[in-house]
Amino acid sequence: MTTAAEKATTIFRRPRAETGFWSWLTTVDHKKIGILYGYTAFIFFVIGGAEALLLRIHLASAESNVLSAADYNGLFTTHGLTMIFLVVMPMSAAFMNYLLPLMIGARDVAFPRLNALSYWIFLFGGIFLYSGLLFSAVAPPLGVVPGIPGNLDPSDARSFGALPDGGWFMYQPNAAQEFSPSLAIDFAALGLQILGVASLISAVNFIVTFFNLRAKGMRLLRVPVFIWMTVVVAFLLLFSLPIIAIALFMVTFDRQFGTLFFDATAGGDPILWQHLFWLFGHPEVYILILPAMGIVSEIIPVFSRKPLFGYAAVVFAGAGIAFLGFGVWAHHMFSSGITTVAQVGFGLTTMTIAIPTGVKIFNWMGTMWLGRLQLKTPMWFAIGFLTMFTIGGLSGVTHAVVPSDWQQTDTYYIVAHFHYVLFGGAIFGLFGGLYYWFPKFSGRMMNDRLGKVHFWLWMIGFNMTFAPMHWLGLQGMIRRTWRYDPSLETWNRIVTVGAFIIAIGLLVFIFNFRTSKRRGEIAGMDPWDARTLEWSIPNPTPAFNFAEVPIVHGLDEFWHQKYTEDKTGRPIRKPEADEQVARLEDIGINPPEPVHLPNPSYFPIVMAAGLPLIAYGIIFHRSIAGKALIVLGVVIALAALIGWGSEPLEEAH
Amino acid sequence: MTAAAHEAQSPHQDLHESTGVENRKLAMWAFLSSEFLFFGALITNYLLYVGREFASGPKPSEIYDIPFTSVSSFVLLMSSLTMVLAHNALSRGDQGATRTWLLATAMLGSVFLAGQVFEFTEFITLENMTLATNPSASAFYVLTGFHGTHVAIGVIMLLSLFGLSKRMGGLTNRQFLNLELVGLYWHFVDIIWIVIFTVVYLLTAVPGAS
Repeated sequence: MTTAAEKATTIFRRPRAETGFWSWLTTVDHKKIGILYGYTAFIFFVIGGAEALLLRIHLASAESNVLSAADYNGLFTTHGLTMIFLVVMPMSAAFMNYLLPLMIGARDVAFPRLNALSYWIFLFGGIFLYSGLLFSAVAPPLGVVPGIPGNLDPSDARSFGALPDGGWFMYQPNAAQEFSPSLAIDFAALGLQILGVASLISAVNFIVTFFNLRAKGMRLLRVPVFIWMTVVVAFLLLFSLPIIAIALFMVTFDRQFGTLFFDATAGGDPILWQHLFWLFGHPEVYILILPAMGIVSEIIPVFSRKPLFGYAAVVFAGAGIAFLGFGVWAHHMFSSGITTVAQVGFGLTTMTIAIPTGVKIFNWMGTMWLGRLQLKTPMWFAIGFLTMFTIGGLSGVTHAVVPSDWQQTDTYYIVAHFHYVLFGGAIFGLFGGLYYWFPKFSGRMMNDRLGKVHFWLWMIGFNMTFAPMHWLGLQGMIRRTWRYDPSLETWNRIVTVGAFIIAIGLLVFIFNFRTSKRRGEIAGMDPWDARTLEWSIPNPTPAFNFAEVPIVHGLDEFWHQKYTEDKTGRPIRKPEADEQVARLEDIGINPPEPVHLPNPSYFPIVMAAGLPLIAYGIIFHRSIAGKALIVLGVVIALAALIGWGSEPLEEAH
Repeated sequence: MTAAAHEAQSPHQDLHESTGVENRKLAMWAFLSSEFLFFGALITNYLLYVGREFASGPKPSEIYDIPFTSVSSFVLLMSSLTMVLAHNALSRGDQGATRTWLLATAMLGSVFLAGQVFEFTEFITLENMTLATNPSASAFYVLTGFHGTHVAIGVIMLLSLFGLSKRMGGLTNRQFLNLELVGLYWHFVDIIWIVIFTVVYLLTAVPGAS
C-alpha cells in the first residue's frame, strides 16, 4: 500500500508537518485556509487603510503638496482595488471557507486541494498587483500628453512606482496605452485577472460543496442564511467573472498586442469597456455585500433570542438581489451618453433592487422587535451594519433617479454612498462576524469592553469621515482629483480627523485581538447559546470538524436540541440541554473512532506560483526574459498539475 | 491498489452527495456555465462591430471562406460523434475501442486546429488582415483564438487519457468519470463552435465578397 502511495508522488515527498510553517504552506484544511484568508485580508486592510490615511492627510488642505498628482492617482486607485479585491472579498472568503462545511455538517469542502489553490492564487495575485511598486524606473507618470490641457505635468514626481492609477474601473481610453503609458494599468489588468481565477475556483468549489455535502436532513430551506449567501455569491462570481476576464483581456491585448477594441480613432468603442466592466462591476457590489448580510442574519437572531423573522423571505431576497443585480449595470453610466430609453429602463430596474433589500432590512428589524436583546459586541456591529447600510441604501436610491444622478456623478456624494454600503455595511458586518466567530477558531473570547470601544470609535469616526462627503459632493467637490476648492476646506479637515479616529479604532481592535487570542477568557462550548451547527462542536474546532456527522431535523438544528417552547411560543431550555452540550463536547474532544482527513499537498502552492510568472511574462513579452517567464510559468503549472493528478487526496490508512 | 481506489474509499468521498451527481461532474457543469458567459461576451464584442465601417480594411466578414470553414466545422462536429463512441466503448468495457475513438477525437480536433491555423495564415498574408487592422478583426481573432485555445486544451486532455489508457492497459472506474468530464468539455467546445460558425461566420458574411 505505502509503496503505491510513494510511487504516486515522485516529484515531492508527501508533506507530513501538522503544525508550524510548512503545515500552513501545504494545508488543505478549510479551517486553516479560512484563517490564512483572514490574516492576509487583514494585512491588506491595514495597507489599504494606510493608503486612505495618506490620501486624507493630503486632502486636509486644498492646496496640499503632500502627494504628487501621479501618486494621488496611484494611491486612490490602489486603495479601491485593495479594499474591494484584497480585503472585502477575501475576508468574506475567510468566513465562507471556515464556516461553509461547519454550518452544513460536513468535514471539508468538496475539493480541499482546489480550495488551497484558490488561496495561493489570491495571495500571489495580490502580491503581483502590488509588485508594480518596484517598477517606478520604467513607469513614466500617468497621462503625460504634452499640450493637452488638464493633463498632468510631465515632470510630476512619482514615488509609488507603477501602482495601478486609472481608477479601479480603468475607463478607456484614459487607461489605454496613449494616455497611460506606464506599466500601472498592465499590473492592474493582469493582477485582477489572477484574482479572478482564484475567485472562480472558489465559486465552483463552494457551489459543489453546498449542493452535495450537506448533512443528512439539511434540506435547502434548512441551510443557514450565511451559507445561502455564500452560494448566491458563488453564482454571482460564476456568471460575472468571465465577463470581466474578457474585458481585462481586451485591455491587455489593446495595450500589449495592438488590438483596437477601445481605440476610438480606429473605430473602436470606449463605451464597450464601460458596459463590460459594469456588467461585472455591479454584481461585484453584491458579491461584496451579500456575505456581510449573511453574517448579520446569523448574529441578530442569536443576540435577540428569537429565530430569524421570515427566514425564507431573507433567503429569497438575497437571491433576488443577485438576480436583479445583472440588470442594473448601466446606472453607472447615466452620464456616458446612453439613450434616454436606456436611462429610464436602468433607473427603474435599479429602484426595484430596493424591494428585496428592504425585505431584508425589515426582517432584521422584525427579528429584533420584542426580542430580549443582548448588546454584546457582535450585536453592536450588526446594528451598526443595519443603520449605516440603510443610509447608504437610501442614498443609493437617489442615484437611480437619473437627473439627480447626473448631478451626483463623479462627486464626493458617490464616495459617501459607496463607503456607507461597503464600510458601514460590509466591513461592519465582517467585523461583527469576527467578534462572533472568534471563539470558534481560537477557543477564547474577545474582550467585550474593548470590542465596544472599537465599535463606538468606528461608529463616530466613520460618520465623521463619510457623512460630510454627502454635502461636500452636493456642493460640487469632484472625486479623484488631488485639488479642490478652498471654500470646502473646513469639512475636509473634519473628514481627515474622522479617518484617524477610524485608525485608532482599528488599533484598539488589533490590541484586543492579540491579547484575547493569548489570554482571553476560555470560551468552552457554545458561548453565545447559538442556533447553528458550528457551535455544536468544541472550540477551537477539531481538525475533523464533526466526530459524528450530524442528522438535521429542522432549521436552527442546534437550538432545537437545547430548547423547546411553551404555549405562547416562548423558548424554554430543555432540562437535558446541558447534558446534551456536554456530550457533544466530549465526543468532539475524544472521537469514538479515528477520522481520516485529506493529506496536505505541495501542489496547490506550486501551481499557483505559475500564474504570476506568466503575468510578468506578458508584461515584458517583448524581451527574451519575458518570453522565458511565460514558458517557465506554464511549465511550473503543468508540472504541478501532473503531480496533483498522480497524488491521491488521501494516503492509504 | 491504485490511487483511484484509495480516493473512492475515503470518508470524505463517502458523504452522500445530496444531488446524486458526482462532485467533479457538478463542478464541470458549474465551470461550463461560466464559460458560456465567457464566449457570450466575446461573441457580443464581435457583433458590436459588425455593422460599422472602418478606415482600414478588410473586415473578417468580407473575406470569410465559407466553404472551407464549413468543412472544418463538419470535422469538429464529427469529433463529438467519436467522443460519444469513446464513451460508449468504455461503458461496454472495450478498452481497445475506447483508445481508438479517443485518438480519433483528438485527431479530428487537431484537423480543426490546423484548419484554423491555415485560415489565420491566409487572412494575415493574403488579405492583410491582422489583429491591428480594425476592431472587427481584433474581435474576430480574439474570439476564434480563445475558441481554438479551448480546442487545443481539449486535445491535450484527450491525448492524456489515451496515453494513460495505453500505459495502464485500460481506464479504471475513476477514469471513466474523467472521460465523461473530458466529453462534457469537448461537447461544450463544439456547441460554442456551432454558435460561432452560425452567428459570426454565416450570418455576418458579406455574400460574394471573397
